[in-house]
Amino acid sequence: MAHPVLETHGLTIRFGGHVAVNGVSCAFAPGTLTAIVGPNGAGKTTYFNLISGQLKASAGRVSLFGEDVTRLSAPQRTHRGIGRAFQLTNLFPRLTVLENVRLAVQSRAGRGRDLWSMWGQHVELIEKAEHTLHRVGMAGRRDTIVSALPHGDQRKLEVAILLALEPDVFMFDEPTAGMSVDEVPVILELIEHIKALGDKTVLLVEHKMDVVQSLADRIIVLHQGELVADGDPASVIASPIVQEAYLGVAAHA
Amino acid sequence: MLFRLLSGDFPRSRALTVVLIAILAGLALAPFIFPGTRSLNVAAKVAVFVLLVASYDLLLGYTGIVSFAHTMFFGIGGYGVGIAMAKMGASWGALALGIFAALALSLAIALAIGLLSLRVRAIFFAMITLAVASFFQILASQMSPVTGGEDGLSFRLPELLRERLVAYYVVLGVALALFLALLRVVNSPFGRVLLAIRENEFRAEAIGYRLVNYRTVANCLAALGATVAGVLYAIWLRYTGPDTTLSFNIMIDILLMVVIGGMGTMYGAVLGATLFVVAQNYLQDLMKLASGSLEGLPLLPALLHPDRWLLWLGVLFILCVYYFPAGIVGRLRR
Repeated sequence: MAHPVLETHGLTIRFGGHVAVNGVSCAFAPGTLTAIVGPNGAGKTTYFNLISGQLKASAGRVSLFGEDVTRLSAPQRTHRGIGRAFQLTNLFPRLTVLENVRLAVQSRAGRGRDLWSMWGQHVELIEKAEHTLHRVGMAGRRDTIVSALPHGDQRKLEVAILLALEPDVFMFDEPTAGMSVDEVPVILELIEHIKALGDKTVLLVEHKMDVVQSLADRIIVLHQGELVADGDPASVIASPIVQEAYLGVAAHA
Repeated sequence: MLFRLLSGDFPRSRALTVVLIAILAGLALAPFIFPGTRSLNVAAKVAVFVLLVASYDLLLGYTGIVSFAHTMFFGIGGYGVGIAMAKMGASWGALALGIFAALALSLAIALAIGLLSLRVRAIFFAMITLAVASFFQILASQMSPVTGGEDGLSFRLPELLRERLVAYYVVLGVALALFLALLRVVNSPFGRVLLAIRENEFRAEAIGYRLVNYRTVANCLAALGATVAGVLYAIWLRYTGPDTTLSFNIMIDILLMVVIGGMGTMYGAVLGATLFVVAQNYLQDLMKLASGSLEGLPLLPALLHPDRWLLWLGVLFILCVYYFPAGIVGRLRR
């Protein structure tokens, strides 16, 4: 396996007496897509939050390109290459579609501290944002106020913001949730494309098993905060522990 | 040219453009078209408050944080000029030193408050600003040998500024230039980050913006704006005291002006400040007129008695907020 881009070592978080993620150690290689599955409440999103820095670990480490980033804040991790899309749409509602994406482009370009130039004059940033919108099929919506967008478009915009950050690690948290059937393929193709670039690491939390099977190179299973299975899709899905833990089928049935 | 001056942020409404041009023309020509000391006082106060309110809007409307310390920074500007002029004499050097010291002190306090309290929830910041502002108010009233206490300080200015016309155009020019500078800041890449933080601080952080840095810079800029407004007001009045700059009544007035004009629009500061200051000064006259003309009728003259002016101002504001929740500018742009 190529040198891992992202690793977690015994990653743990406790909320009072409840251990939401418990000693998860896992390494993620470039050019691979790892699906993280498990029942509701298994700790998938919490695991994501620990990696992207929204939550601070109680124990264990997160390392990126071999560097310990456990103590870094979310924005610092973003600048180091961990990009995150959220499960619940999490946008800037009263700004336009283009402004939303451009804020991410601008963050990536490190231009947020620019106090004196005019927002509208950074042609290269605007073009980049427009190009990103084009990739998710939303070029025609650039001037719409986000709160007026249909749900499916908000989900696409969520993905566009992640693309605009140009991270090394892409974290998708149920990217197709709530999308209509004909909108799903655009997003799946994009994820395919990112994977095909070869040097990007993709983490995907997804409930739809058909999506997982078609995209994932590897599946890890979380159950009650613990890593209970890890391997190629076919064998993980067939394993008794997944049948029981994820699909709710008793192992001996 | 106009594009650069307004930073590409045009009024985007014909009515708003007309009103803004009318206000600008009114202020620019005030000494000639509204003769008299009183009207010139009102015009200068409008100019000062446009800057004061616009700098507050940078915090409240654009960044989404509530500060109660804006009058404190306004006061630091006023007292900076006042103390320097009263203690060191009416020289340009003393004036420059007073202004510089006021700006440095404001910057230091804004930076400290920001770094200490803007990491955590915005409500904590509001509480801290309230505490620090109260402290300053007490300080100003207790240190009477320096600040003149409750009486404040009257002082003489360098000769050129004693000329009312010169002083007026200095006040107007600086206020206008800084208003345009604030307009530039809110339309810069930095300004958009402030909007992003206002809209969704969680996501702003997730895409790589460190909230405390951006909020602290916004806090410092707003504080400097208020300080300059305080400097201008002191230069105009040749007096500074607790009631002209530090009072919490002024803090409430600023809040009302921002809300009435329209939060997060900058132009709202112009409309809010103009409307408020003019109403504050002329509503009583208007009511005296109305009351007099209705003499003999039951109840009405009593209701419109000039002493009831605060009641009517209150009614005006309630109506304003009720019918224009997005402020006058928000309404005009719809």
